[in-house]
Amino acid sequence: MKAIVNVALKQGVLDDQGKATHHALDTLGFKDVVKDVRIGKQIIMELNALNEEEAKEEVTKMCEKLLANTVIEDYQIEIVG
Amino acid sequence: MNVTVLQFPGTNCEYDTKYAFEKLGCDVSIIWHKEKELPENTELLVIPGGFSYGDYLRSGAIARFANIMDSVQKYAAKGGKILGICNGFQILLEAGLLPGAMKRNSTLNFISKFNHLKVINNDNIFLSKLKKDQIINIPVAHQDGNYYIDNEGLKELEENNQIILRYCDEKGKEESINGSVSFIAGICNKEKNVFGLMPHPERAMEDLLGCADGELMLKGFLK
Repeated sequence: MKAIVNVALKQGVLDDQGKATHHALDTLGFKDVVKDVRIGKQIIMELNALNEEEAKEEVTKMCEKLLANTVIEDYQIEIVG
Repeated sequence: MNVTVLQFPGTNCEYDTKYAFEKLGCDVSIIWHKEKELPENTELLVIPGGFSYGDYLRSGAIARFANIMDSVQKYAAKGGKILGICNGFQILLEAGLLPGAMKRNSTLNFISKFNHLKVINNDNIFLSKLKKDQIINIPVAHQDGNYYIDNEGLKELEENNQIILRYCDEKGKEESINGSVSFIAGICNKEKNVFGLMPHPERAMEDLLGCADGELMLKGFLK
């Protein structure tokens, strides 16, 4: 089983990397297309056999403890069969 | 005075820190992160700068789970004095010993230069040798020094005199170098026994190296 975790700065916390990238896209001619850019990271994990519910529970613990800094970051977990 | 300096894989300021406190007459021991206990006679614990665990994942995120950190938490809870410099500050934030979090510099590059700082509060041991509003010149060297705290947290820092240093120009005009909320360069906890700052006082101990203003800061801890 595979877990895909997406970690990004919370809405409302200024994302300077996202802002710089947005600006670059604007100058490349995508000004009318792009509304906002946020940059995060993706953590892909291979898990030992667990059921989906258990997997989600364990990965949530990992996120709260280490993978995200919940002061400034949000996370989303996707369990892929 | 007995000073203990922590060392993680990737720490690179432990010997500068040792030199700085030895220059002030202290006995300094460097302790490897795998140790379980701090030396019993520790009167000041310093978490020095560097790139603990290569800053993988986030600065300070992995170091906070090192063996020695349980002992650090207990030491802080007992009122032990702790100073975190640069990566040490980041580790203290990740460990929850200081409030807030660090983001990538708003300039998106590594900043390495002498920078002026203004003393905001000196009602604490760390800055007791400096005057309020005094301007000092201390080098900075960091990529993730953009201090973030929400409005409520900032209000609390202000109310409890926990903001100790802000970035400023040579005339004392407060300014942002890395995007930090409220130009913050250093803070302490409510109890005023845990201190964190991004600039490096241990690199400003000799006029020969550009400035000796770091001495005044570190002297505050001396008995």
